[in-house]
Amino acid sequence: MWNELKDSRLINGIIEKIGQYKLKLTLMHACGTHQETLSRYGLGSLFSKVGVTIKSGPGCPVCVTTAKEFLQIMRLAEKGKTVAIYGDCLRVPVNGRALMHFRAEGYDVRIVYSIDEAVELARSLKNDVVFMAIGFETTAPSTASTLVRDDLPKNFYVLSCHRFFLPAMIKLLELGEIKLDGIIEPGHVSAIIGYKPYEEIRKRFKIPQVISGFEPLDIVLSVYYLVKQIIEDDVKVVNEYNRVVSREGNQLALSFINKVFYPKDIEWRGFPIISSSLMAIKEKYSIHDASKQFEDIISKVQYDPSPLEKTCRCGEVLRGVIHPQACPLFGKVCNLENPVGACMVSVEGACRIYLEYSELF
Amino acid sequence: MCLGIPGKVIEKKGNVAKIDFGGLIREANVSLVNAKVGDYVIVHAGFAISKVNKREALKTIKLVKEIIESKV
Ligand code: SF4
Repeated sequence: MWNELKDSRLINGIIEKIGQYKLKLTLMHACGTHQETLSRYGLGSLFSKVGVTIKSGPGCPVCVTTAKEFLQIMRLAEKGKTVAIYGDCLRVPVNGRALMHFRAEGYDVRIVYSIDEAVELARSLKNDVVFMAIGFETTAPSTASTLVRDDLPKNFYVLSCHRFFLPAMIKLLELGEIKLDGIIEPGHVSAIIGYKPYEEIRKRFKIPQVISGFEPLDIVLSVYYLVKQIIEDDVKVVNEYNRVVSREGNQLALSFINKVFYPKDIEWRGFPIISSSLMAIKEKYSIHDASKQFEDIISKVQYDPSPLEKTCRCGEVLRGVIHPQACPLFGKVCNLENPVGACMVSVEGACRIYLEYSELF
Repeated sequence: MCLGIPGKVIEKKGNVAKIDFGGLIREANVSLVNAKVGDYVIVHAGFAISKVNKREALKTIKLVKEIIESKV
């Protein structure tokens, strides 16, 4: 059964159906995993043959985290804290230096696979441990359900960079820089939030949406559903990913998010301040909130982009305004070994995915 | 870190389960989903965030075949 979700005969069958309508469409997905599937299976070129262009949006959590937030965690490392990060954060450069350089210089930077590992790390050390919590609704519940635990070691802190996903999508549509005919919504964020919240977007922007899984067959079927909505002039929120996403989402996970976090305004990489988009830690849990406990260190952090960083066009890539290849640094000055921007670092970053697969197609 | 991967629960002790990701076995926290041994789950950063409903997956494949065979 799982293999059929990758079956090229089925994939081509649906693509052919889409082709029959002879449309010219621009769609957007907002998830690095969707981009991975599109690139790995060469779906982008299959779609372009039938008139469908799929742009990549603000769906990479590491990429949308600002340089300033990375500087904050770097400053905490410099001040002697042990910092625990997801592997994707290790190489994100700020002014030419990434956390891996701090580690090489002897500062205590550890990679963890999950927040559970960060808690265990704190238990095993005397030093303060600060976990850099990154991600949308997919990873935020693990942070929230940890912060409510009453057995947390006192030296364990969280720097919350968690963001709500929908405000970014809404901001992007408000900015109106690109004309979109439909949106492929991220299946795993939707597994948590359900598909009711997308109704707001449907009402306000009258744009077709589909919640999509991540196998190649999921994506072509999702595009087919969008095409159907356009042909029938019937704007809906369709759930293609029925096997994982329910209308209500994961209520338990949502209840942890609501218990621990409150929405706060914050800047995103490539975006102006987006109101109510940060998951800030509520007062009740502030003894483990790094932004409160180390406010003196964090509040002093200022970010001035280097001349090279000023030319990085990650922001426009994240808003779908340009294709990574339109960045003059792409693949030359900025590459997998020497990334200039976060979009070239994260496994979900559009620049990295395009460069990694560019040799294949 | 945000890539969500489907895997099968093969053992469970409290909130921690052993998950088989196509041959690669890793532990994950299953406290956010009500998963039993034999269930498929989606794991993000060490936490299962949702179960996978196999019946719905089969329905999707059936539907795809119907669309391909349909006239329009
Ligand atoms: S290729 Fe590099 S410099 Fe250009 S936008 Fe992407 S990350 Fe930035």
